[in-house]
Amino acid sequence: MIRQTAAELAAKIHRGETTSVEVTQAHLDRIAETDGKLNAFLHVDTEGALAQARKVDEDVAAGRTPASPLAGVPLALKDVLTQEGIPTTAGSKILEGWRPPYDATVTRKLKEAGIVILGKTNMDEFAMGSSTENSAYGPTANPWDLTRIPGGSGGGSSAALAAHQAPLAIGTDTGGSIRQPGAVTGTVGVKPTYGTVSRYGLIAFSSSLDQAGPCARTVLDAALLHEVIGGYDPMDSTSINAPLPPVVAATREGAQGDLSGVRVGVVTQFSGEGYQPGVLRSFEAAVSQLKELGAEIVEISCPSFDYALPAYYLIAPSEASSNLARFDAMRYGLRVGDDGNRSTEEVMSLTREAGFGPEVKRRIMIGTYALSAGYYDAYYGSAQKVRTLITREFEQAFTKVDVLVSPTTPTTAFKIGERTNDPVAMYKADLCTIPSNLAGNCGLSVPSGLSDEDGMPVGLQIMAPALQDHRMYRVAAAYEAARGPIGGASL
Amino acid sequence: MPSISRDEVAHLAKLARLAVTEDELDLFAGQLDVILQSVASVGDIAAADIPPTSHAVPLTNVFREDVVRPSLGQQQALSGAPEAEDGRFRVPRILGEEA
Repeated sequence: MIRQTAAELAAKIHRGETTSVEVTQAHLDRIAETDGKLNAFLHVDTEGALAQARKVDEDVAAGRTPASPLAGVPLALKDVLTQEGIPTTAGSKILEGWRPPYDATVTRKLKEAGIVILGKTNMDEFAMGSSTENSAYGPTANPWDLTRIPGGSGGGSSAALAAHQAPLAIGTDTGGSIRQPGAVTGTVGVKPTYGTVSRYGLIAFSSSLDQAGPCARTVLDAALLHEVIGGYDPMDSTSINAPLPPVVAATREGAQGDLSGVRVGVVTQFSGEGYQPGVLRSFEAAVSQLKELGAEIVEISCPSFDYALPAYYLIAPSEASSNLARFDAMRYGLRVGDDGNRSTEEVMSLTREAGFGPEVKRRIMIGTYALSAGYYDAYYGSAQKVRTLITREFEQAFTKVDVLVSPTTPTTAFKIGERTNDPVAMYKADLCTIPSNLAGNCGLSVPSGLSDEDGMPVGLQIMAPALQDHRMYRVAAAYEAARGPIGGASL
Repeated sequence: MPSISRDEVAHLAKLARLAVTEDELDLFAGQLDVILQSVASVGDIAAADIPPTSHAVPLTNVFREDVVRPSLGQQQALSGAPEAEDGRFRVPRILGEEA
């Protein structure tokens, strides 16, 4: 049962062929059986999940229309989104034991759609990382090879999908934290257009880049989930007040297998040095497949994309240094060193020292530096200009093509511990995914098979302009159908 | 680009309210220097005539109707507080000894 897609499970639940309780219990059993090896979940809400499942089953038994096409299907929620009364840590010690008093908008929409939230998944602390090794609660393993990383920051969600602990998951993508974990675990991950999925209740890392999105094992499941969580939200002042792109319809159209008339641009900057040969071979095979489906292939050069990574590693830490100022030991979360003599400021400094891990401290200090007088123009100011250039190059590219494609990430999953002492090497995992965040566009990763040298999954990234998310779903669905199954994780 | 010294890291940590240890100062001084050098290339293409982008969606002054809405109750708001007293957040002293 756990091998089935969310769409299949939902159909069976809604037809009364199985129950949500049965489906939910099967996934809870799978978590109990496998999570000792994976560490994908930080918290499993057995009671809450089964209660929600029973509610869906009662609706079906009473002949009521299901709350959504995914009602009754279980889901893994990244621990950066608040869920009322359920421990939410964002992978940090500073929030250990915190139970939020409110639901994020995404969480509320999941509940209203009858989706069963199994628990909260592991992640790099405050979503800062590309491997989930920066979690204060230990790393998550990749179900394809337990000695390798599952990507990050949303490695718990991607591992849960690949290990069949859940058919659906939610991630958040600031520089690639949905797409890169999807790529290295052989699952589908989508960063929707910035502003189309509410950030209310998403613990902020870099507010101008953060975007929640759907994760699944198939393109259709991701599209169905996308339509549940997306839409305008007055609680998020950067939410776009426009209709959500028709991603499910585009997926069904794409699955017919015809891409005639679709212009696909191959970004020439994303290859060469630093790219694993097996990843590039998988990517080239995927591009050939798109051509066979009728797409027109064009090479597109975007020279400023070479500067996306440095711009990102200035903009994101700058915003983080401001956002993480809220962790002050006063209103919620950890408090350390309050002995009755120390001042507020001393307690604040001791708490942040004890509560934040090394990567979070590094980024706070980089951001503080980049924003400080004397360095602002050279660092943060220049990074903002690069952001303009990248946005312009995307705009120019999208006058020539409908979507852009690249490998999602330059290499397959690396070994746990391999890059932990070299922050700059770690940052390179996000090389291809960052430009879409800087421009506020959408991006999607769909598995393109396995790398021939290590047998690990590779992702094809498809990028589209803002509010054109349906374009990438159409291409991904056509490709997925033509590609066929890639096999599954060994675990 | 200037390289970043141990003293500068100590100053940054103070500004960021991080009581870093001596060992961390050594570690971070080296690492921050490498990171800053690797990102300094943004200056290469950031010409003076390019306008900066702070946000992908150009929104200004998002207003909403000024209506009373339900909010967190006192108990809920204090539910995560490290310490509370008389329905308020209890904080360490905020004034110096001499004040």
